[in-house]
Amino acid sequence: MSKTQSVDNPNNINTSDTFTLDFVSENALSIPSFKMLNADGEMYPEAQKSSLDKTTALKIYETMRFIRILDERMLAAQRQGRISFYMQCLGEEASITASTAALDDQDMIFAQYREQAALAYRGFPLDLFMSQNFSNKDDLGKGRQMPIHYGSNKHNYMTISSPLGTQIPQAAGYAYGQKLEASIQNKETNCTICYFGEGAASEGDFHAGLNMAAVHNAPVIFFARNNGYAISTPASEQFKGDGIACRAVGYGMKAIRVDGVDTLAVYEAVKLAREHAVKHNEPVLIESIAYRLAAHSSSDDPSGYRSKDEEENFRANCPVARFRAYLVKQGWLDESEDEAAKEQIRKQVLDALKAAEHVEKPELSELVTDVYDDIPNHLQQQYEALKQHILKYPDAYPVTSSRIEEQQ
Amino acid sequence: MAKMNMLQAINSALMLSMEEHEKSCVFGEDVGYFGGVFRATSGLQEKFGKSRVFNTPLVEQGIIGFANGLAAQGVKAIAEIQFADYIFPAFDQIVNETAKFRYRSGNEFNVGNLVIRTPYGGGIAGGLYHSQSPEAYFAHTPGVKIVFPRNAYQAKGLLMSSIEANDPVIFFEPKRLYRASVGEVPEDKYLIPLDKAEVVQQGEDITLLAWGAQVEIMEKAAEMAKKDNISCEVIDLRTIVPWDVETVANSVLKTGRLVVSQEAPLTGGFASEIAATIQQECFLHLESPIERVCGLDTPYPLAHEKEYMADHLKVYEAIKRSVNY
Repeated sequence: MSKTQSVDNPNNINTSDTFTLDFVSENALSIPSFKMLNADGEMYPEAQKSSLDKTTALKIYETMRFIRILDERMLAAQRQGRISFYMQCLGEEASITASTAALDDQDMIFAQYREQAALAYRGFPLDLFMSQNFSNKDDLGKGRQMPIHYGSNKHNYMTISSPLGTQIPQAAGYAYGQKLEASIQNKETNCTICYFGEGAASEGDFHAGLNMAAVHNAPVIFFARNNGYAISTPASEQFKGDGIACRAVGYGMKAIRVDGVDTLAVYEAVKLAREHAVKHNEPVLIESIAYRLAAHSSSDDPSGYRSKDEEENFRANCPVARFRAYLVKQGWLDESEDEAAKEQIRKQVLDALKAAEHVEKPELSELVTDVYDDIPNHLQQQYEALKQHILKYPDAYPVTSSRIEEQQ
Repeated sequence: MAKMNMLQAINSALMLSMEEHEKSCVFGEDVGYFGGVFRATSGLQEKFGKSRVFNTPLVEQGIIGFANGLAAQGVKAIAEIQFADYIFPAFDQIVNETAKFRYRSGNEFNVGNLVIRTPYGGGIAGGLYHSQSPEAYFAHTPGVKIVFPRNAYQAKGLLMSSIEANDPVIFFEPKRLYRASVGEVPEDKYLIPLDKAEVVQQGEDITLLAWGAQVEIMEKAAEMAKKDNISCEVIDLRTIVPWDVETVANSVLKTGRLVVSQEAPLTGGFASEIAATIQQECFLHLESPIERVCGLDTPYPLAHEKEYMADHLKVYEAIKRSVNY
C-alpha cells in the first residue's frame, strides 16, 4: 500500500490559474428543476419519455390516495383528543412515494418524520400505523415514541428520531456498510435513501453526513424535501444560496433538482440517482421542490405566519390530483372505481382506528427493556421498586396497576 | 505472554477483533496509514485495507453519526475520537442517537456493534483541551456502557469485550498511561466482563475506589497509608455504567470507610453517584463520611496542573481524615 496519495496536489484543488482578479459569483450555479408532467397531468412536449409502468404507477397512486385519507382521519383523531400528535404529508405525497418507488425494496430508508407514504409503499400494514399512533401493545416501537415515529426492520425503514438531521450522517454510515457487505459477498450493493427538510439541512449533521458520504464513496441518495417552511421559518430565512442542490457541488457530489409535485419526474430522478449510486458507489443529492400544505404538525397553526391566499394558491398545485389526471388520461384509472375505493379506504381506516384505540398499552416491563441488550441489575431493582409503588397506589396508575396484579 | 504497553495491547485487541469479524471497520481522524496520533491503530490499514481502516474528515459529529449508521447496518464499528475533549460535537449523536437506538425502535434496530475509543485524562501538560475526563456526562444517559482500563492487560481484555458486546460502549483510554503502563499481556484473545469491578488489593480498614489512570494513584496512596498501619482495600471499578455496586458495597461493609477518587471536577461527577449509592447501601456500617477526591471545579489548568490534580497525597490525606474521623 502506498504511503499517501499523490503529493503533486496536496491541496486537492483544480490547479488551473488566472491573471484576472474577480469573484466567483454566489450564483455561479443556476440549477433548473426537472419536470415531466404539467399541472393538468399532461406530459410537457419537451419531456423525456416516462419509464414508469402501469403496475408501479397504480401502486404509487394507491399509496398516495391511502396516505391522504389516513392523514385526514388521523389529524381529525388528534383534534378529537384520541391521539396526542400528528403530522401530515399533505402536498409532498408525490415526492415521497415516487422516490421510494424508484428504489429496490431492500434499499434502506432513513426518513425524517413526514415520510409515512414511503412506509406505506413498502406495505407496512394499516393496523401497525394505528398501533404506533395509539402507542398500544402491538406497536413495533413498544409505545415509546410520539405518534408518526414509525420504524420497521422488515420494511427497511429506520425508526424515526425526532432530532433533525441526525439521520444524515447515519445514512452515510449505513450505506457504507451496505457497500462493505456487498464487496464481501461479491454482489451489487444496495443503497440508502435519506430524507430531510430544507430546514434540517441547516444542521451541522447535514454537512457532516454529506462530506463523509462523498469522501468515503457511500451509495446514498440524500433527498432534500424543500417544502418552503421549517415550522414557521420560511426558506428565505433559512439559507441565502440557491436552495439545497447547489451545496452538492461543494462536496464533490452530483445533484438533481426536481419538481416534487411531479410524480413522473421524481420517479425518473431517483431512478437515475440510484443507478449512479450503486454503480459508482457515490452519493447523490436530490432536491425536491414542493409546498408543505399541511401545518408543521398538529401543534402548529400556520395562520400565524402565512396567508390563506398563499395556501390556496399552492393547494391548487396538488401532486395527487396531477398524477390522477395523468393516470386517467393514460386509461389506467377509472374515476368511478377510484371514488368507490376512497370510500372503502375511509371505512378501513376508521375501523382500524377504532380497533387500535381499544388495544391495551404495552406491559409495564417494556419500560426497562431495550435500554441495553439485557436488563442490568440497577435497572431491574428500579423496576421492582416501581412495581411495589404502583401496587401501593393502584388508582394513580390505572393503566398498569391491574395488570401487575394479574401477573402475580 | 508478551511485554506490551497499553497502546500495543489496544493495537493487539483491534488486530484480533478485525481478523475475527470481516464486517468491522476502524476509523477516525488520522487513524489510517499514520496509525493515529498515539499510534494505537498502527499497521491496521496495511493489514485490513483502506476500506476497513480509514481516516475521516475532521468532523466528530460525522464520525459518530456515520458510526451509528454503520453499526446499525451490522458492521462492528470501532470509531476513534482523537481526544475526549473533542467528543462534544458528537454529543447529540451519542446521547440522542447511540444511547436510544434500541429503545426507541422497540429493538427493531440497534447499534450494539459500536465502540467509541477515546483517550482521556490529564497529567500530560495538556491544559484545558487535552486533559478532560467527561465520563459523567455520558453516565447520565441510559443506553451506553462506559469502560475504563487501568493498565495494558485490562485494556486488551476490556476492549475485546467491548467489541463483542451487544451494547454501544464508550471506551475511555488513560492517555497518561499509554506508554507508561507496561505489563505481561497474552497474545491471544481474552475477555474481561463489562460489569465487574476488580479488587486489586485486599485490605481491612478503608476502601479506595477509582477507575482508569486514577487506580494507580490509589495504589500509591495505599502504599503511604500502609506505613501508618492503615490497611487499604483498592478497587478498580473498570466499568462505570453499569457499575458493580455489590463488590463495592461488600468491601465497604467490611471496612466501614470509602474514598472515591476521579480526575474530573468534583461537582456532578461519577464519584458523587457512588457516594450516594454506597451511603444508602451501607449507611449503618459507615464509620465516617464518604470522601471524594477529585479535580477542582475549574477548567483543567496548565501551569497549575500539579496543584489541580487528585494526586496520591490528596488521597492519602482523605484516608487519614476518614480513619481519624
